[in-house]
Amino acid sequence: MTVDTDVRPLVSMRGITIAFPGVLALDGVDFFLRPGEVHSLMGENGAGKSTLIKALTGVYAIDAGTIEVADEQRDFSSTADAQAAGISTVYQEVNLCANLSVGENVMLGHEPRGLLGIDWNAVHRDAARHLASLGLDLDTRSPLASHSIAIQQLVAISRAMVLDAKVLILDEPTSSLDRGEVDQLFAVIRSLRERGVAILFVSHFLEQVYEISDRITVLRNGALIGEYLVEDLPREALVTAMIGRELDELSALSGAAERTIDRAGTPVLSAEGVGRKGVLEPADLDVFEGEVVGIAGLLGSGRTELVRLLYGADKADAGQISVAGERAKMHAPRHAIDRGIAFSSENRRAEGVVAELSVAENMILGVQAQRGWMRRLSKTEQDAIVAEYMEALGVRPADPTVPIGTLSGGNQQKVLLARWLAMQPRLLILDEPTRGIDVGAKADIQRKVAQLAAEGLSVVFISSELEEVLRITQRLVVLRDRRKIGELDPTEVDLDGLVDYIANAGHTERSATR
Amino acid sequence: MTLLKHRLFWPVAALVTLVVVNVIANPNFAKVTMRDGDLYGNPVTILRESAPLMLVALGMTLVIATRGIDLSVGAVMAVSGAVSLTIIADSPDPGSLGTVTVAIVVAVLVALVLGAWNGFLVSVLGIQPIIATLVLMLAGRGVALLITGGAITTVTSAPYKFLSNGYLILLPVAFFIWVAVVAIVALVERRTALGMLTESVGINPEASRLAGVRSRGIILSAYMVSGLLAGVAGIINASNTMAADSNNAGYLIELYAILAVVLGGTSLMGGKFSIAGTVIGVLTVTTLDKTIQFFGVPPAQSPVFFAVVVVIVVLVQSPRVHAWGRAASARMRRTPSGGEPPTGPGAASAAKKREEVAA
Repeated sequence: MTVDTDVRPLVSMRGITIAFPGVLALDGVDFFLRPGEVHSLMGENGAGKSTLIKALTGVYAIDAGTIEVADEQRDFSSTADAQAAGISTVYQEVNLCANLSVGENVMLGHEPRGLLGIDWNAVHRDAARHLASLGLDLDTRSPLASHSIAIQQLVAISRAMVLDAKVLILDEPTSSLDRGEVDQLFAVIRSLRERGVAILFVSHFLEQVYEISDRITVLRNGALIGEYLVEDLPREALVTAMIGRELDELSALSGAAERTIDRAGTPVLSAEGVGRKGVLEPADLDVFEGEVVGIAGLLGSGRTELVRLLYGADKADAGQISVAGERAKMHAPRHAIDRGIAFSSENRRAEGVVAELSVAENMILGVQAQRGWMRRLSKTEQDAIVAEYMEALGVRPADPTVPIGTLSGGNQQKVLLARWLAMQPRLLILDEPTRGIDVGAKADIQRKVAQLAAEGLSVVFISSELEEVLRITQRLVVLRDRRKIGELDPTEVDLDGLVDYIANAGHTERSATR
Repeated sequence: MTLLKHRLFWPVAALVTLVVVNVIANPNFAKVTMRDGDLYGNPVTILRESAPLMLVALGMTLVIATRGIDLSVGAVMAVSGAVSLTIIADSPDPGSLGTVTVAIVVAVLVALVLGAWNGFLVSVLGIQPIIATLVLMLAGRGVALLITGGAITTVTSAPYKFLSNGYLILLPVAFFIWVAVVAIVALVERRTALGMLTESVGINPEASRLAGVRSRGIILSAYMVSGLLAGVAGIINASNTMAADSNNAGYLIELYAILAVVLGGTSLMGGKFSIAGTVIGVLTVTTLDKTIQFFGVPPAQSPVFFAVVVVIVVLVQSPRVHAWGRAASARMRRTPSGGEPPTGPGAASAAKKREEVAA
């Protein structure tokens, strides 16, 4: 489907300016969204994407500029105003009621009524109809929480359709979906586009942006860089537009895989047959000094489950773990920390940041917890840690006294990395450290990991982006269906080979052993 | 403007307003007189009578910071009063300093154990705080009655009476007790890392666990401190009347303590807490209590009067009400001049953003 540039925009945002204390978040940005198009908003963290979306959804009022929806000027002072104008949003973290049923969620606030109040049969019938129109066949009486995040997102989209949305905003909808789920979501997006819905899509996955978008608008530092048709904007040009400099940084790391690791000595961490019933089949894993071990596999393959068992975040019911040759009991995170292991969870918001505490407090939290409450870090010690990592990781804004919750995702991730590095671990486990963050921050984090590994730190690195895993690891452990299926040398396999291995090796191996 | 944004601005403003209203209504409210080298008058009485609520609210602040609540404080007060007075009543020499010391130490230890029980239920067994502490709230007064044998134990003991009714330099002993306890708690929380770790556990328990914070110990300690301080409060309360009234000692004090904590700006959601805020919150509640007496509100209507004032105070402190106020005044300024609005369409939004930044 080609986009006709002459189509009248459904949404016209002109000269949008929003200032926060001390920061100009948006500076006279124009943005147009046309019916029947998928329009991607691209930019690094802090470029102003979220702010622009929040202006369009009525979360923030604008300081200057105009917003027109369907040729009518709007002054959104609340999210309800935006919704009334036909603008619906599906966020990265699904904001539905997990404890209600699928049907109740879809129809929430629009329940058909009968003589005796809500007609529940009609609620579920209508919900099923809305879901079916998006190609979903779900039990509408099942609790929402019993479904995967992907399904929950599709339910959220169905809900937007119940609200008769003309504009649908999808903010990082794919960040926790696997490939099949992304395909399902994209099928839904395409069918909505056919119906003339204007779709604003935000994702950090370049491939997905190119796969689904008709048009791309790029922001940088709160300013508009340009609006392009997808076919006019090659990938390199997009990345250059986003970060404003040629990005050789990621490819500069490509030497990491060739670094040779001495695997003769005692491994820093050695796991034998570590597993947990219903979570992960017993698996072995050795990590040597200065080695970056990548764990590859699809979402739900057991990647996160494996490292959580290694860290003691969940208790293993099988196998044993040794650290530097010594048997170690990992029943709680503290046991792992005491042995020099640090773990950065994939779930930054729920398991990483302590939102209302300051950046500085978040950075020193790990070290302080290790020392115990009696031995408080002195102001000088705190300042030294904070200054070192603010600088080394380039945290923005450079003010350590602000609550971490006010930072962008990429900067929060840097602060969390600092928390773990400040504890000077010998093994650092990073679960999806670069998810949902921009290219620049991603390069910063990858570079730091490569540098620390070269200095002797051992790292276990999980990422959904297989290219990233291939680029910075020296060994790959592949999981599939909650089982370790093998190890690969990243210098001997390319992206296609790895994908093929993940997809097929498990089967062949399994049938071979039978 | 920076003063307006300080987190204690509105709590202090509420307290000052309350005092000013009283003084305007009757200048005698603030009158302090010197008698036999001691100070007397309403302000002194407020400082003295704040003691039990102050101690209880202080413990409650720490418990609330961990996302918890301690409903048992009133019952713990009753137990501690019953224990101490029973020991004194049963001793051959109720007036001796030794007897009183033993009575106080035992009562405080019992309260500490009760606090530890609450903490055990919450942090080890994972029972919801409101249910876990409800157990002791309901059972505690029964235990206290058991200790006193169902009667109201009364004693005569000069050293014990001194705690609530005595004077040190110019001011009541009870005042010095709460000042000392506030100072100790503030020092322990802020000079060690306990305060930060408590806030961390309250804001995000799972992130704290993964960062290696010993949250179990921190939560346990909060309930133990709450029990301990409720025990001290129970002793001061019993010393005031010199009677262990198991049914009425500390009656409903848990709710007043929660009120004081919230008035002081600590969120019931847990996390960030303010000890100075709680001190102001308690003084506000006690002053309000005195106001009711001073205005001669009939006892039957005093709860209504109390409630109305609390609602006003809470509204005055609400960030949302502030935002409405700013938006309204911006509209007022805009309409008569007829010109361009000074800040564009952003007056309300600026307020909203400030709110978010503050949050």
